[in-house]
Amino acid sequence: MMDDSAHSPRPSDETVRLDFTLNGEPRTIEVAPNAVLLDVLREQLGLGGTKKGCDHGQCGACTVHVDGLAMNSCLRLAIMCQGQQVTTIEGLAKDGQLHPVQQSFLECDAYQCGYCTPGQMMSATALLADDRIGADDASVKEAMSGNICRCGAYKNILEAIQQARVQLGHDATTPRKEDVA
Amino acid sequence: MRAFAYSRADSVDHAAHRITHDAAFVAGGTTLLDLIKLDVLKPKNVVDINALPLKRVERLDDGRLRIGALVTNTDLAHHPEVKRHYPLLSQALLAGASTQLRNMATTAGNVMQRTRCPYYRDAAAACNRREPGSGCDARGGLNRLNAVLGGSDACVAVHPSDMCVAMAAIGATLTLSSADGEREVAFGDFHRLPGDTPHIEHDLADGELITAITLEPPLAPAGSYYLKLRDRASYEFALASAAAQLSLDGEMIGEARVALGGVGTKPWRCPDAEAALVGQPAQIATFERAAEIALRDATPLEHNAFKIPLARQSIVRALREATRLARDEGKQEGQV
Repeated sequence: MMDDSAHSPRPSDETVRLDFTLNGEPRTIEVAPNAVLLDVLREQLGLGGTKKGCDHGQCGACTVHVDGLAMNSCLRLAIMCQGQQVTTIEGLAKDGQLHPVQQSFLECDAYQCGYCTPGQMMSATALLADDRIGADDASVKEAMSGNICRCGAYKNILEAIQQARVQLGHDATTPRKEDVA
Repeated sequence: MRAFAYSRADSVDHAAHRITHDAAFVAGGTTLLDLIKLDVLKPKNVVDINALPLKRVERLDDGRLRIGALVTNTDLAHHPEVKRHYPLLSQALLAGASTQLRNMATTAGNVMQRTRCPYYRDAAAACNRREPGSGCDARGGLNRLNAVLGGSDACVAVHPSDMCVAMAAIGATLTLSSADGEREVAFGDFHRLPGDTPHIEHDLADGELITAITLEPPLAPAGSYYLKLRDRASYEFALASAAAQLSLDGEMIGEARVALGGVGTKPWRCPDAEAALVGQPAQIATFERAAEIALRDATPLEHNAFKIPLARQSIVRALREATRLARDEGKQEGQV
């Protein structure tokens, strides 16, 4: 249900209440109406794993999951996430164990400077859970084209994703919530 | 980022009442927030319409397909009705933007997206579209990406959408809702040529909201194809693109639809080229003649003359592929 108070226009020096689920935990925070999700995550909630690159939806460094789908957090108002499930890179590892995508990025050396890596991993985990996206290399490259790697680690990123796909397939008998989100 | 007031609309009427010249709807937000950050758009009120019940895709009794304004680009591209009956629309959607942006962007938002002309996006540059009367820095500037069709002295900005090019070829109607009720506008009449008033981009009035886009019934048996040519293989705007759809009557072309992207100031349907295809043999010479006609009135700027042969070739290739697919479709129907 929507909060009735959010129906009236309000000046932006006031804040608006945002109820959402962040990395599996229900959260209620106050945000400015013009606050962008990326900035709220980094500045207000202290989750610095999500990176600010271009701030215009062109580089993918800010990619998070909203209700399981990869989105650019730089182009989304935080308040638009009312009632939604947001997952950041901080929410991928579970019980001290890396997500298979994180593990395979490590094993395949799928980064150099690492700045784009959280966004790459968020896009990778979303595409591996999306049966509308083909499993072949060309489909993966196409689905990952919204994540720019200035160091040019694309070859190893592709390898890491396909390795994680195999790993996730082996684990399919015991899927974790994050894998199917 | 610039301050604005925010509110949520819970009905179409409610949304329509909120929208005035200094307000903006937000759905996916991919254009709006980008351009607010650049100080190109400066709404005082932002009205969130994501709670409106406009997320359905439904086939109507007359064979048309009605698409809710808030259906995302991803969901529309993968919708079974679209993949089966309008494959060129699915191809166009998946050729646009990135996975993340398609997950956010909506059908009506795609129609409403703004040009990528760098002078429009640079608040320090002269741009009649952004600031009427200020001039056009693109005309004498780096205009490699600008339009060769539909431009005026005031503006040569390209309409950037892929989805709209497919819809222009398919034929569609927009439903616009306001406090006074609904009206329908043909897709080809919605976007305006820049003329002397490039800041008036479309037919939507204050107090109106796009609530649906309804596609014409698919041609059958037919083939269709969307071909996009660009500087890199993915996540880039078109230098030229072509949407083609045709039906075959033996070796002759029955009906034909052609539209261009990346070269026009609006999604560019090519009726004269279509007329040159109907009743003619489905072969390269016919396609080349149609392509010639489609670009007959093209006017190059200093840096974009290459777009004219590129657009011609995109039409020929899209028609060739659509013909191949129409033949396959015809064979399958013959077997049933």
